[in-house]
Amino acid sequence: MSEDLANNLASAFRRRFGDAVQIADLKSLSGGASAETWKFDVITSESRLPLILQRMAGAQQFEASLDRVLQSRVQSAAFEGGVPVAQVQFAFDDVDNLGNGFVMRRVEGETLGPRILKLDEFAAARAGMTRQCAEILVRIHALDTKSLPVLPVRGARDSLDSLSGIYRRFGEELPVFELALQWLEDHVPAQGGTTLVHGDFRLGNFIVGAEGIRAVLDWEMAHIGDPAEDFGWICVPSWRFGQLEHEVGGFGKLRDLISCYETAGGRAVDAQRVRFWTVLGCLKWGLICLFFAFQYLNGDVPAIERAVIGRRTSETELDLLKLMRGA
Amino acid sequence: MPTNRPTNVELLNAVRDFLKAEVLPRLGGTEKYHLQVAVNALGILGRELTSGVQFDAAEQERLGALLGAAGTREELNRLLCTRIRERQFTYRDPKLIDHLMRTAMAKMSIDNPKYATYVSTLAQSSADEPRTDQ
Repeated sequence: MSEDLANNLASAFRRRFGDAVQIADLKSLSGGASAETWKFDVITSESRLPLILQRMAGAQQFEASLDRVLQSRVQSAAFEGGVPVAQVQFAFDDVDNLGNGFVMRRVEGETLGPRILKLDEFAAARAGMTRQCAEILVRIHALDTKSLPVLPVRGARDSLDSLSGIYRRFGEELPVFELALQWLEDHVPAQGGTTLVHGDFRLGNFIVGAEGIRAVLDWEMAHIGDPAEDFGWICVPSWRFGQLEHEVGGFGKLRDLISCYETAGGRAVDAQRVRFWTVLGCLKWGLICLFFAFQYLNGDVPAIERAVIGRRTSETELDLLKLMRGA
Repeated sequence: MPTNRPTNVELLNAVRDFLKAEVLPRLGGTEKYHLQVAVNALGILGRELTSGVQFDAAEQERLGALLGAAGTREELNRLLCTRIRERQFTYRDPKLIDHLMRTAMAKMSIDNPKYATYVSTLAQSSADEPRTDQ
């Protein structure tokens, strides 16, 4: 399979750039059920370029997400707008016979949350990361929507209705989730600004080096919506990896993230709006855990980690109870 | 007593220790990760076998008192969900929150007793309520 992939990749490069290229060190990085990631180098007569291939795999996604071609266009627009992202080389077309995916530059660094939060080599990165996140968010939220492909529009009301529908379809009766839906119903913010929202902006989706964030990954949940959603999602306790007192990804304070964002030119952020999105995000992660478990139970994805992650739903139940109490 | 020693928990722990000590060090990459997940799952089962029945009974009793109704744990949870949807219970209800916190903490003690929110809540509650049996 990887030999076919290498041959098809070599043809795809030749078609676009004319030169004969050699594909070297092709290696699968993760066998996720919804996406495949491969690393490889492309060697021409003059240079060797480190690259990443990302493409859809078979399994159904939790929520409607962008196809890889659309994702690559958002990622390119973000790159042009000064957001640190891996530069997209090209998206595949039907002739490539490479599936629904694209090729981007490979950015070296660490993505694992616990390592970024603990290792000494990232101490300087951690110290600057709250301000850096704020500056990145300012740029994402300031992107001219005219430079973007047509994206789904999803505000607070739409997201809540979507999660509520997903929960009901599982047919599970979970009192804490019922209560969270009730809380969210009572706290839906008024229609907010409509900007590009990354949609999965959190520790785990950043490539981090000693100096800080080098690239923001995983743009497939990008949409037009409330910019406060990106603030709420990064504060979901599940991405704090044990560092609970630092509500921003286990490394920063929300008030600092907000003040840096406003200093960097972002519009005022209402902490109550952020709280809504954190509670919603926590419920969403809980439902994703259930979704994964059912992918196993229904026989769609026969992978042990899908089954076991169902038991992480209880983590979000406890977090939701705490969040609703204002802890 | 339907079985001889080892008990179910002892047997489970034996399998878990074997996988951890003998098999895990020989694997790498994705296989190692998947076995680590499997070993964690056996840990969950061991804790559930030890405390699950007792937790379920306590939850059922609290649900009965909260709802003023009788039924199995599943029936009572369904009834509680209905009453939350009908807003006969809300997130402002301290008795409901107390029950749900106890249930969530019991679940976490089985699913992942290392989870930070669980550990910090446990430390808080033992500081707030000094044990009377000491």
